[in-house]
Amino acid sequence: MSATATAQGTPVQLTDLRRVYGGVAALDGLTLHLEPGELVALLGPSGCGKTTALRCLAGLEDPDSGTIEVGGRDVTRIPTNKRDMGMVFQAYSLFPHMTARQNVEFGLELRGRDRSARRARAAEMLDLVGLGKHADKYAHQMSGGQQQRVALARALAIEPQVLLLDEPLSALDAKVRTQLRDEIRRIQLEVGTTTLFVTHDQEEALAVADRVGVMSTGRLEQVAAPAELYTSPRTPFVADFVGLTNRLRARVEGGRAQVLGGSIPLLEGSATGPDVVVLVRPEGVTVAPAEGASAAGSASVVSASFLGGHGRVIARTTDDELVTVQVPNTDVTRYRPGDAVVLGPRGDAALAVSAD
Amino acid sequence: MSGQRARFRRKQTLLRWVVLVVVFLFFVLPLLGMLDFTTQGPGGQGRTLATWRTLADVSTISVDYPALREGFLASVGLAVITPVVMLLLLVPTMTWVRLRLPGLSRTVEFICLLPLTVPAIVLVVGLTPVYAWVYYFLGSSTLTLALAYVILVLPYAYRSLDAGLRAIDVRTLSEAARSLGASWFTVMWRVILPNLRTAVLSASFLSVALVLGEFTIANLFSKKNLQVAMYELGKSDAKISVAVGLAALVFGFVVLFAMSFVGSARAGTSPFSRLRRRKEPSA
Repeated sequence: MSATATAQGTPVQLTDLRRVYGGVAALDGLTLHLEPGELVALLGPSGCGKTTALRCLAGLEDPDSGTIEVGGRDVTRIPTNKRDMGMVFQAYSLFPHMTARQNVEFGLELRGRDRSARRARAAEMLDLVGLGKHADKYAHQMSGGQQQRVALARALAIEPQVLLLDEPLSALDAKVRTQLRDEIRRIQLEVGTTTLFVTHDQEEALAVADRVGVMSTGRLEQVAAPAELYTSPRTPFVADFVGLTNRLRARVEGGRAQVLGGSIPLLEGSATGPDVVVLVRPEGVTVAPAEGASAAGSASVVSASFLGGHGRVIARTTDDELVTVQVPNTDVTRYRPGDAVVLGPRGDAALAVSAD
Repeated sequence: MSGQRARFRRKQTLLRWVVLVVVFLFFVLPLLGMLDFTTQGPGGQGRTLATWRTLADVSTISVDYPALREGFLASVGLAVITPVVMLLLLVPTMTWVRLRLPGLSRTVEFICLLPLTVPAIVLVVGLTPVYAWVYYFLGSSTLTLALAYVILVLPYAYRSLDAGLRAIDVRTLSEAARSLGASWFTVMWRVILPNLRTAVLSASFLSVALVLGEFTIANLFSKKNLQVAMYELGKSDAKISVAVGLAALVFGFVVLFAMSFVGSARAGTSPFSRLRRRKEPSA
């Protein structure tokens, strides 16, 4: 999704945040800036510190050091209930004893809005998330997806400076998840609230975010637009974590890597030295049935799978390396296990890391 | 095969009825015995409601049996104060421990269950020096027994509230409320307590039931609650004492039933609300 966020939101600046739990650094000097109205996704494996970062921004955790600024105001030591942030949680968080409408009205009531204004705002927000007809339902009368939509409406009703989404889709099934993630993006663009979205699902992050920050062991490895993150990973961790990656031995000659019988340019930050390992995406490799004598790039098919929108061929090279290749779904039937094939690089730039 | 199943089902039904009848007799026979005793005529001949008439005549009983009136009022006061103090103490503590100090939950559980293992006489011996201070600061009213009763009800109240807290995601609910701008008081009052209603009611029932039946501690502290008053009355007028005992049991039952009714009516599960729903046209 490549929509542009409206610039109605508030800038957020996290600077050098540190948080240590029992000797383990959950956040190790995290610095991140969110532009007004921007949706930034924090992506990373479990325990990388992404949720801790979001909870520090929400005020639910206190950082050991570092500062958090929202709209230029230092909020580091301000309690959660004074921060003016809307949050949607991973677990279903609707108040069970209240209807959807009452849930949405809750934050407005705390802000002293009168009954009619609350009603009108709640109706507007429930309509925004497509649940206008479910206003009088309790949480147990709604599906998981509906509950998360109401939670989103509740978070947005108070017109927060920042919207925080803590893996809001992880409890939902795949189809609802995809629908709701697109809906979240649509709504975020409509209201223009600066948003931090935490997820461990790379597809989700790449689909909804203006920028994605990949985290590992409490640090930000790279923050970039989804396409840039995918095509130009700056670290081996990012290359490995985002998308599938082939690790192929290569020789560097003249600033280019010689791999699978071809030559590819190297990304900035690549390892130097004659022998390296290049990280090549499955779609960065070509495959074709072998014709004639064996040549550079020769391999034999291990498996060929149909995956719906595309296909995947896994082949073993003469150097005993397993290479995954993405192919059009119509081509999958051309390959059978044991078939001789020729692999080659498509020519996209790749990151090289030390072969050691 | 289906014949075997039918026989098994018949046996199950019979067993259920046998258990029900035995339990019924176990509870009802002593009450019937009490009723029989209090309605016996002079010399055990005939039937009379004289004892019950005396008991129903509030002005007479207040004059003739002042201790009974005093004990009744004290027990009612204790039945109100004890659950309130217990809830004020336990609900915020247990919620806070669950939210912020989960490492302390075992300790809190141990402390709350400890009174189960302490005999009443030991408790009184331990509490006596404490009560010297209580009398000094609060006076020597029978209502001060509420402090000892709060300790007595801790194990039962803890179990009820703990079950209630386990049934909801306290952390997420309170964090959601906090993020929406709620103070900790609002979180407790508007979010946690309404979702603990069943547990709170259950803890309150147990507290009220225990307070209305407590004798040992009140007697050892020389305080006059309903049970102590009944005991003393039994020495001079056994019939009125037994009648009061029976009336107290019925009163306790009515109080607990009323509390349960009020609680379930608010939750929309009382028989009346179910009936009302049935009558309403479907939306």
